[in-house]
Amino acid sequence: MISRRDFLQVGMAASALVGASGFGNWARLAAQQRLTQDQLLQFDTFGNVSLIHITDIHAQLKPIYFREPSVNIGVGGNKGAVPHITGADFRKAYGIEDGSPSHYALSSGDFSALAQGYGRVGGLDRVATVINAIRADRPDAILLDGGDTWHGSYSCYHTQGQDMVNVMNALKPDAMTFHWEFTLGSDRVNEIVENLPFAALGQNIFDAEWDEPSELFPPYKMFERGGTKIAVIGQAFPYMPIANPGWMFPEYAFGIRDENMQMMVDEVRAKGAECVVVLSHNGFDVDKKMATVVNGIDVILSGHTHDALPEPVVAGSTIVLPSGSNGKFVSRVDLDIRDGKMMGYRTKLIPIFSDVITPDAEVSALIDAQRAPFETDMAEVIGKTDSTLYRRGNFNGTWDDLICDALLSERDAEIAMSPGVRWGPSLIPGQEITREDIWNVTSMTYPEAYRTEMTGEFIKVILEDVADNIFNPDPYYQQGGDMVRTGGLGYRIDVSKPQGSRISDMTLLSTGETIDPARAYVVAGWASVNEGTEGPPIWDVVESHIRKQGTVTVQENNSVDVVGV
Amino acid sequence: MQLTRRDLLAMASAGMAATAFGALPALASMTDDEIAKITGGAELGEGALTVTAPEIAENGNTVPIEVSAPGAVMVAVFADGNPTPAVVSFKFGPLNPSHAAATRVRLAKTQNVVAIAQMEDGSFQKAQANVKVTIGGCGG
Repeated sequence: MISRRDFLQVGMAASALVGASGFGNWARLAAQQRLTQDQLLQFDTFGNVSLIHITDIHAQLKPIYFREPSVNIGVGGNKGAVPHITGADFRKAYGIEDGSPSHYALSSGDFSALAQGYGRVGGLDRVATVINAIRADRPDAILLDGGDTWHGSYSCYHTQGQDMVNVMNALKPDAMTFHWEFTLGSDRVNEIVENLPFAALGQNIFDAEWDEPSELFPPYKMFERGGTKIAVIGQAFPYMPIANPGWMFPEYAFGIRDENMQMMVDEVRAKGAECVVVLSHNGFDVDKKMATVVNGIDVILSGHTHDALPEPVVAGSTIVLPSGSNGKFVSRVDLDIRDGKMMGYRTKLIPIFSDVITPDAEVSALIDAQRAPFETDMAEVIGKTDSTLYRRGNFNGTWDDLICDALLSERDAEIAMSPGVRWGPSLIPGQEITREDIWNVTSMTYPEAYRTEMTGEFIKVILEDVADNIFNPDPYYQQGGDMVRTGGLGYRIDVSKPQGSRISDMTLLSTGETIDPARAYVVAGWASVNEGTEGPPIWDVVESHIRKQGTVTVQENNSVDVVGV
Repeated sequence: MQLTRRDLLAMASAGMAATAFGALPALASMTDDEIAKITGGAELGEGALTVTAPEIAENGNTVPIEVSAPGAVMVAVFADGNPTPAVVSFKFGPLNPSHAAATRVRLAKTQNVVAIAQMEDGSFQKAQANVKVTIGGCGG
């Protein structure tokens, strides 16, 4: 086994090389107005194996804007560690110049101004160009999809994921793992997976009745590439039946199952794997912990928490790479595998600047064909925005503020709750809001906007419960995602406290009164995991609200007072 | 050898004895009291005994747990946050190919699943796993 020190030295040398030739250069290039496709793709092929990672696309076939978070608090051992630094601190940590393409792609700050200059990001036809270029360098590169692919748009919802399946198949992935896919319902997931032309992996996807490994989802796949054997082990999102409606896929159980992961690593090593790659939907902090609990993993390609880092993080003797979301990034990972071990690596997080990278014509046509039946409905303009509409952030985002306002007024409620999901592209000031834009931030198979009564005490229980899913100091108890967004309700949160004592000073904003634990409040929300939830779909609620507003302006939200950071 | 869940359940039922517990004192330390009854206050070591349980329960009403204790003659399982903590005790003999068993537990709230193993030499071991029972919410 390669020692940690050897490993670090090799790794640092390799990544420093790329730091010099890759992302560090963008600032200068941009200053010279010379950001080109060749520069974005520039990579000195290294070692004998290449991996290509894309994750958390959330059905974004077309280029979009995507604002990175300003607030992403780390707790416990991850306090102040990447990706829990944002904005100017993030740029400082990586030596990224203000106003540079890396600033725009990787961090928050001056988003709307930079978006005007650098344009949209993503688009699976651009992603196809990048994949093809890497395959031109290394024809047997392994393409891995980290999941959250068949969810998140108007056309994806109306085709039950088929649009994404068709386009991804054209990119020819080698393997995939899963999360939101399961919210299509187990019948539909099974139907798609049975016909997938690549491996559907998940060492932690189990049969719920017998708690045995599911037959449809093998734990790993072995690849013979570059004269060596590489094992790719899948790790699906561990908390699907808790964070999403388990009644939609009752036959399946998940969990982290790191003891089974260890068994799988040992098994593939015994079968001759010289390199073990985990294609993970754990979330970044969970992956970092798993890398230190399970021995023998070389690379974790990390998804779920939508983080994007320009360099891998080394945990134990494993490199962990998160590759962003919404089609905004593709990671290339070149590995030198020799004598039964990983001797070095070179990586590059490639931002998909849609105006710089030429779309692949074939995939463009395929995307347009998927969208054609829905184009008229999707393109309908509902309103306009004066504000940047975005979602990422631990406590609120302007899209969520708008959705909460819609719930309060359209459902005549005192308090609104909106789930702290991290998907959904951004809009910049002056943009028209189309039906497609609304669906991009609301589309799901359990969209019912409920209206109910909850006591003040129960509302606190909900806030405490969700807060512990984010701020529990042990990453294994974190589910990813962000705090439930609230409308009409202000509160103080001390992220350093244990569950039950984080939330205080709950206030009904309409009256300024303190929330009474015994009183019942009218609460509207959506995305309930409970079966039988009733109400109109959230996209209709938001569309109706925006139509009435005409032009939307979202005020700064100061209703959550965060302490203990 | 790879044991399947069915094998384990079959094995476990063979070695399982319905645990008879008398009236329990209404104390927070009910689990400690129960353990003391079994061990007679002997010291609790650790080593061979492991408890495997999910970090967060998918359904608090039926949480899969597994205990493994090579060299044990008996393993007793407690849920320390339940109104009645005693769950089950498994007895193992020399003919058991594996001293491991699995079952499902109903958990009232977030708590520890505690296991006590009596080893062949008469000593005792303890291990536990914290299982969170949550109302659920929203993913990334």
